[in-house]
Amino acid sequence: MSDVGFVAVGYGVTAVALAGYAWRVLARGRRLSALVPQERRRWM
Amino acid sequence: MTTSAQVETPRRRRGRNERLATTSSRFTRALGVIALLMGASALLLALVISPPEVTQGDAVRLFYLHVPLAVAGGYLGVGLLAVGSIGYLWKRTTFWDLLAASAAELALIFTALTLLTGSLWGRPVWGTYWEWDPRLTLTAVLFVLLIGYRAMRTASVDPQLRARRSAVIGLLAAADVPLIRMSVDWWRGLHQTATLNPLNPSLDGMMLFTFFWSMVSFAVLFLWLLVHRFRVAWLEEQLADRALDEAIAQRRAEAPQTP
Repeated sequence: MSDVGFVAVGYGVTAVALAGYAWRVLARGRRLSALVPQERRRWM
Repeated sequence: MTTSAQVETPRRRRGRNERLATTSSRFTRALGVIALLMGASALLLALVISPPEVTQGDAVRLFYLHVPLAVAGGYLGVGLLAVGSIGYLWKRTTFWDLLAASAAELALIFTALTLLTGSLWGRPVWGTYWEWDPRLTLTAVLFVLLIGYRAMRTASVDPQLRARRSAVIGLLAAADVPLIRMSVDWWRGLHQTATLNPLNPSLDGMMLFTFFWSMVSFAVLFLWLLVHRFRVAWLEEQLADRALDEAIAQRRAEAPQTP
């Protein structure tokens, strides 16, 4: 694999992993928010 | 007199409810947009604008990814894990425990990506994906400790016991970070010494700017993820509390009534 190939794999895997994680956290937050009473949803 | 702004119609109530049914807020939305814009510009700088290095060629572009990931995961993530762990052991409040748990999860992901990108960078530069070099080995130890932390959080049922034991593992993981930092100076290995010395920077021009921009971009992204992850953890805690309250109420209702 060329240098550009290693760079592409590194950036590609990182982007997919971080975007996937962010998506999962946001989706879970949305799902849980619907289950928790409104007055207990705020965290601070 | 009642104005239309004061009347809460079902539609308005539904709209307000939907706005609240998420972990987003005005602050996180702004932070998310900033993270996205900074991330896109960091990509442009790292992959297109910054020049190839004289000896490493294009492989140096992994440097703008690997080091910021390591700094965000190791210093920010594990640093906040340590702060949360100490805070919990001192104050024994849910806030500190959830802060530590949220930071630990992000530190685990960032450390995994640090190991992966380091390995991908090592192959063209060192000729190997992995070497039992002190810094690499200690980073792998950190990764294992963070997995242990995660396992502890899912294994224990008693919340206080879980928080206490997790805090101890969190502090063990935090103790590994100074060793990682100093390993390149204390022991001989394959890994290069500290990339940037403030008194004598070995980078200059566009490479230095790209490096700093990537560092700040990853820090902003980390912060954005952390706020959302903390809020999810908070919601999980609220649900667990409610489930416990309901279980207690049910047991009381089932108990035989004494005259």
